[in-house]
Amino acid sequence: MMSSIPPAAVMILGAVLVPLLRGRLRTAYVLALPLAGLALVLSMGDTEFGKTTLFGYDMTLVRIDGLSRLFGWLFHIAAFIGLIFALRSPRNFEHPVALVYAGAAVGAVQAGDLITLFVFWEILAVSSVFLVWARAGERAFRAGMRYLVAQVGSGALLLVGILVYADAAGSVSFGDIGLDSPGGWLIMLAFGIKAAFPMLHTWLTDAYPESTFSGAVFLSAFTTKVAVYALARGFAGEDVLVWVGAAMTSFPIFYAVIENDLRRVLGYSMINQLGFMVCGIGIGTELAVNGAVAHAFNDVLFKGLLFMSMGAVLYRTGNINGSDLGGLYKSMPKTAGLCMVGAASISAFPLFSGFVSKSLVMGAALYEGYDVVWLMLLFASAGVFHHAGIKIPFFAFFSHDSGIRVKEAPGSMLIAMTVAAVLSMVNGIWPTLFLYPNLPYEVTYQPFTSAHVISQIQILFFSALAFCGLKLTGLYPPELRSVNLDVDWIVRRPLRRFALSLGGAGMALRGLVVRSGMAVTNRVVRTAERRTGPGGVLERTWSTSVSVLWAAALLAFLLILYFVR
Amino acid sequence: MANHDQNQKPGVFDNPRNVKRVIYGLYAVCAVVFALDIVSWIQGMAGAHELRHPERGWEGFPGFYAFYGFVACVLLVLVARELRKVLMRREEYYDDE
Repeated sequence: MMSSIPPAAVMILGAVLVPLLRGRLRTAYVLALPLAGLALVLSMGDTEFGKTTLFGYDMTLVRIDGLSRLFGWLFHIAAFIGLIFALRSPRNFEHPVALVYAGAAVGAVQAGDLITLFVFWEILAVSSVFLVWARAGERAFRAGMRYLVAQVGSGALLLVGILVYADAAGSVSFGDIGLDSPGGWLIMLAFGIKAAFPMLHTWLTDAYPESTFSGAVFLSAFTTKVAVYALARGFAGEDVLVWVGAAMTSFPIFYAVIENDLRRVLGYSMINQLGFMVCGIGIGTELAVNGAVAHAFNDVLFKGLLFMSMGAVLYRTGNINGSDLGGLYKSMPKTAGLCMVGAASISAFPLFSGFVSKSLVMGAALYEGYDVVWLMLLFASAGVFHHAGIKIPFFAFFSHDSGIRVKEAPGSMLIAMTVAAVLSMVNGIWPTLFLYPNLPYEVTYQPFTSAHVISQIQILFFSALAFCGLKLTGLYPPELRSVNLDVDWIVRRPLRRFALSLGGAGMALRGLVVRSGMAVTNRVVRTAERRTGPGGVLERTWSTSVSVLWAAALLAFLLILYFVR
Repeated sequence: MANHDQNQKPGVFDNPRNVKRVIYGLYAVCAVVFALDIVSWIQGMAGAHELRHPERGWEGFPGFYAFYGFVACVLLVLVARELRKVLMRREEYYDDE
């Protein structure tokens, strides 16, 4: 029976065969998997199946309903686009890893109970870290390690939260959880780590820019959006989320203005966009939750598009610092154009996708009397245009001519970006085609009123005017090669120094973990590279299985460390 | 890979006149949308509420969005400049970990 196959299995199990294939067959197979998964999900409609009982708790492997429907489609589409973009990846384990990662995201949003959610939550963590490590080198390894600790920490919190919650509630079904119990708080904190709540966000801005040119595209699509879905399912209408979300929209934009690594700018910008979703979930009305889901859908497309355009620049020039780039519109005009579609979408220009989804959240904030929050969101909207809409394309493609001359992005990358751009524009121009009808609740909101369009265009163009004025008067901070301290400084400096001062076993153990971890990753990466040529079939299987084994061992180790400590 | 060949044909924005054109275009759009907002405000005053439907009084004030967008961005950049003094370190800051 087709209808009893869990959709997540298509990409996760399908990925196992990828290392056995080569050439065009491999390409075709890799791209067919997300499409097959999408076809399966679409053929199912809203459904529930895979019910079992474990330790006396009822579990449901697959639940597709109003809230999870769009996320399931979205993750297949994002995987498809990302895989086209990643066809040029020199790391041949990136495709199977991305497939497992995408499949885990599908599994997590379709999980009907918390135990199933936890399993996919951990697969998300362990598969995605390889997209950071695939960059190779010490920086990527260390960033990946910090990323993994945050992700596994979220998993451990989730597990403890589930145990406490299930004990009190007598059920592990994944519905409204609320904050009435300690279990609820733990679970929300676990979701909050993956959703990049303020102070819990540094794993994102730390690791995403250290990943491969294509890795960041996958990373930006799945983990945080699974968390947004989980928050919407478990904690819609919790007032605290309104303020958490508003803070998320506002603080990252200051960092985005002064950050030099353009993919890190996108990382901060991502937290800002997640803020709109978290805020919508906190408001919790039908309009607001619709807004959060619609914005998650659009964000994956336009943020993916922006990460792809910067990935293409990184791929061609080997550099992604605003201070070193500029003038690339001459060499990469198509990439520049597609980047600007992404920039217009994230900035919520009328007729681009951000406009029709962000409006839902902002409208809801005003209707429910959150005036201060609304003003914060409006400030953040102007800021988004400033740092993502203008800064990203300006410093990469325009600004002063850096003298860098490269080839236009490869065809596969242009195709991937075009697909994302077209979908963003379809949602922006014609939201009633498939976005609005498939939201959790009926949409009565009309975004295209003349007053709304005029006010949005005013916000945007006067923001651009401010940028222009600041630039012409020399007040705009120049792009400088630098790092900016974020809250992870506390762990990376004073706490680390404290640990160092203790000396002894702790640091020795840490050194051992770091050294052996690096040795293994380097070996995996090198082997994978060596075997890209013909005849490497067996070895490729070996490298993937070793990666998986090692990942499992590492997960176990970190979990033990977490509980023993 | 990247090569630094300066002898390519010049791009559109190598001509300063074209940069000026873009900037003047921006000024023009700003002026037009601001004017449109005032027209819509007058219509709203005259009773055409389907054209202008502010949720709050202050939100419907003419030029509110223009003013807010401009001030927000100037403040954002000026505060970020000051933050740099506190937060910015050399690129290799964390490299000795």
